[in-house]
This record gives sequence, structure tokens and C-alpha cells, in this order.
Amino acid sequence: MNRIYLDNAATTPLDPKVLEAMLPYLTEQFGNPSSIHSFGRETRKAIEDARAVVAKEIGADAPNEIIFTGSGSESDNMAIKGVAMAYRDRGNHIITSAIEHHAVFDAAHALEKEGFRVTYLPVNAAGLVSVAELANQITDQTILVSVMHANNEVGTIQPIAEIGRILRERKILFHTDAVQTMGSIPVNVRDLSADLLSMAAHKFYGPKGVGALYVRKGVKLAQLIHGGAQERNRRAGTENIAGIAGLAKALQLANAGLAENQPRITGLRDYLIGRVLDGFDHVRLNGHRTQRLPGNANFSFEFIEGESLLLNLDLKGIAASSGSACTSGSLEPSHVLLAMGICHEIAHGSLRLTIGKSNTKEEIDYLLTVLPEIVTKLRDMSPLYNSSRKECATCTLKR
Amino acid sequence: MYTEKVMDHFQNPRNVGEIAAADGVGEVGNAVCGDIMKIFLKVKDGRIADIKFKTFGCGAAIATSSMVTEIVKGKTIEEALQVTNQAVANALDGLPPQKMHCSNLAADALHKAIEDYHNKHGK
Ligand SMILES: Cc1ncc(COP(=O)(O)O)c(C=O)c1O
Ligand code: FES
Repeated sequence: MNRIYLDNAATTPLDPKVLEAMLPYLTEQFGNPSSIHSFGRETRKAIEDARAVVAKEIGADAPNEIIFTGSGSESDNMAIKGVAMAYRDRGNHIITSAIEHHAVFDAAHALEKEGFRVTYLPVNAAGLVSVAELANQITDQTILVSVMHANNEVGTIQPIAEIGRILRERKILFHTDAVQTMGSIPVNVRDLSADLLSMAAHKFYGPKGVGALYVRKGVKLAQLIHGGAQERNRRAGTENIAGIAGLAKALQLANAGLAENQPRITGLRDYLIGRVLDGFDHVRLNGHRTQRLPGNANFSFEFIEGESLLLNLDLKGIAASSGSACTSGSLEPSHVLLAMGICHEIAHGSLRLTIGKSNTKEEIDYLLTVLPEIVTKLRDMSPLYNSSRKECATCTLKR
Repeated sequence: MYTEKVMDHFQNPRNVGEIAAADGVGEVGNAVCGDIMKIFLKVKDGRIADIKFKTFGCGAAIATSSMVTEIVKGKTIEEALQVTNQAVANALDGLPPQKMHCSNLAADALHKAIEDYHNKHGK
């Protein structure tokens, strides 16, 4: 069976050109970058070259504003906990949003246990935070604001540049989780006025297990991992040289391909969204209609449950994801959908399809031919369907 | 993550539907994840002559619903009352640990339907 991968927000395949850039550091160039001999010097150079590439790609002033990490989650934790602990004497208040990835969300929760006060900004039905509300929540105790560039589930892109401008004026540090936007839309730390920014290579056709954090010059960070002097004393541990080289190459390629890929992927997304909204009853689009990631389509099919939908799609060779409680491990529905005012029943039927650079219109058409039979089969099995063909009463959202 | 039996019942669920003039109907909602299962019974001479289900839930929820109907179809009410959640899970060659609560749904819905039958028929 032909398999169709529509889960590019979860991770992306490694670009063969990226693999090529990584291979020397998995084979002949094995030196420890901290060693002073020639073996060490060549891998040290690879890391510093990669750092310069990443700095340039995101508009940083200097290469040493880039810290390489082990994942997007680590970058987020380093930013949130690192700033909180370093600026503790200045204030104890942090502002973030209700729809952050768990790497930020749970790091903020952990800080609450340490005595910090955290404000979780609500979002509207489209998943947008209100800039005015954010400004309202600032106190003289506020040391850090963290709002994600785009949401991984519903794809909504936040007004980060506007938020960044306000915070720069108020002299409050600003972190943004750009894990989903990096390589998908232009990301520039100067345009966004970000002081800290997270990325993860595997979301833009790079390797898994490597990320980076941009930290603007002059921003202090408490260290999370103690030990050696790597990353200018900010993250101990012998570097993942192949991963770092891969991240830089992947970012370069992704940005070089933006002009072609961004409009093409956006076109496929809009085609998919249009066909699904026109073709099905009792379906809604989650997230903002236009202000969303190029590849993200997130629907809720009322009266059916997401895991059943995913299993049926998988049997047809299609890979997707869902915010349903039944798929979450914790058996809690997605906190993102709930924060957008979507009730449990509708969150249950959510289906996230995320398009990547190698997906084709033929693949979307194949999806569109198998989806109706699956939805019909599950609705025929659903005790909710015939009895209540009406608006969900508990949702604040209207279709 | 699911056994072949679970996937078989998920893909080809037995006894899906409703019974118009059912002798007993049982509905349970799952407090943990919010799923719903409904079982319809037709009873004749103390035996389950027909049984149908409707389920809004995950793969395990659908498979356990289907399995429980298959297990008790043709059985006496007394025999059906003996069917436990564990028995349903076992008949499916097991469920992933985090999904064990889904099998509670199936036997509970069956027992509720039998209770409804008893109430309606003055037992
Ligand atoms: C928005 C966002 N932040 C953080 C992460 C975590 O990245 P990683 O899986 O590399 O730790 C992800 C990926 O799932 C994400 O989508
Ligand atoms: S019914 Fe929700 S996890 Fe099984």
C-alpha cells in the first residue's frame, strides 16, 4: 500500500542533502570539539560554522547568540526556567498563553511550584491571544513573557511582532517558541523583537534530537545542565556535531525553499480545507481561517472520536493526528482545543492533517476519496449522531 | 498497540445498530475520556435473542462493544450477567493498559441493559 504522510507537524523526514552534510561527523570526523588537537579543531569548526549559519538565517546579530540544545523541549525549558531563575531578584511574574506546547506550559507550571506567579493568557475562538489583554497583565514584577509563534495543533499564528514591540518598549524579556514556524514561514528575531527563540531541527527536515535557542546578547540565563564549558558555559555536554551540522543545513535549505514551498503548501491546505468544509455536514475548522501555518488543517468531525478516525485512516495508509482524549495517553482532551472554547465532544472528533513539502495534490485527493466512507461508517456507529443532529449546546463556538 | 482481534472487531464490528422495540437499553458514559456506549437487547425465553450496540469512542471502545455483543448473543440473562470487563478484554487478547477502562464500558452497558429489561418486565 502507498503510504501518505500527513503528520508533518509531528516530525518531518530527513532531507537527503541534510544527511549528506551530517555524514562526515558520523564517520571520519569524530574528534571532541573541546580537544585542542587537529581532530578536535575540525569538529569545533563544524559547530562554529553551523552557529554562524543559524545566526544569519534568523537575523541574529552574532553567532554566539545561538545555543545548541538536544530538542525543542530543551530549548523551551532553558528559556523559561533559565530566565526565571536568573531574574528572580527582579520579579516573580511570568506571562504565557493557555495554548503553549507542553514544553513551555509544564515548565511554567513547574515554576509556579517554585513560587513564581504565572498568568496564562486566554485565546479567542480562533486561537489568538489578545495583545491588549497581554499588555494589561504586565506588572512591575513581570520578568518574562512567552507566547508561541504558531500553535502546533491548530496552526494559528500569533501577532508576535506586535507583542515583541510592546515588550521591548517595556523592557520585559520575550521568548517565542518558533518550533512550528521555523522553515515554514520567514522567522527573523529582529522583526519579531524576540529576546529568546526556540527551534527544533526535526520539524524542518533536519535530524531528531537537536534544537537551538536564540538568546539575545546581554540576556542572562541560569544553567540547566552543569558540567563542562560547552556552549560558553551555558549547556554542558559534548556536542552532537552531526546533529548541529544537520540543523544548520536543514535551516538553510528550508529558508532557501520558502519562496516556492510556502505558497504551494498553502494552496494545498486551502484546497483541502475548502473541500472538507463543503463536502461534509457537521464539520468545523479549528484555528484561524487564514492566519495559520501553511501546512496545517485541523477539523472537528462531530459525533465521532478522533482515535477511531486515525486508525481507519491508517488502515488506508494515511498518517494524521488528533487532539482527542482517547489518543492522548493522559486521556485528557487537548488543552489547546479546550482553551479555544471547544467542548469535550467536539475536541474528541478533531483531526489534524499537516502538509509538508513532498505532499502532492493527488495525495490530498486520495484522502478526500477515503474520508467520506470513514466518517459515514463511524457516524453510523455513533449513539450521538441520529439523536442529536443539532448544534453542540456546550460549545461557545459556532460553526 | 492493539491486538489483531481488537483490530478485527474494530474494522468489522459485529452487531452495530439499534433495536427499535428493545426489551432493554443500557447507556454508559465514560467519565475519564467522555465516550458513550449504548446497548440494545431483545430477550426471548430468558435468552438474549438479539443484541446491538452504538459507540462513540476509541478503537478499544468499539472493539469491546462488538466483542461483548458477540459473547452474550444467544446466552441466558444469567450467563450474560456473569460476563466481566476482564473477560471481554481477555477475549480480545488484551488491551493496552491505558485503555483498560474502555472495556469497563462494554460490560457495564450490557449489565445496565439487563437491569432495564428487569425493570420493564417487573423482575
Ligand atoms: C510548538 C512546539 N514546541 C516544542 C516542541 C517540542 O519539540 P521536541 O519534540 O524537539 O522536543 C514541539 C514539537 O512537538 C512543538 O510543536
Ligand atoms: S474510549 Fe476513550 S480511550 Fe477508549
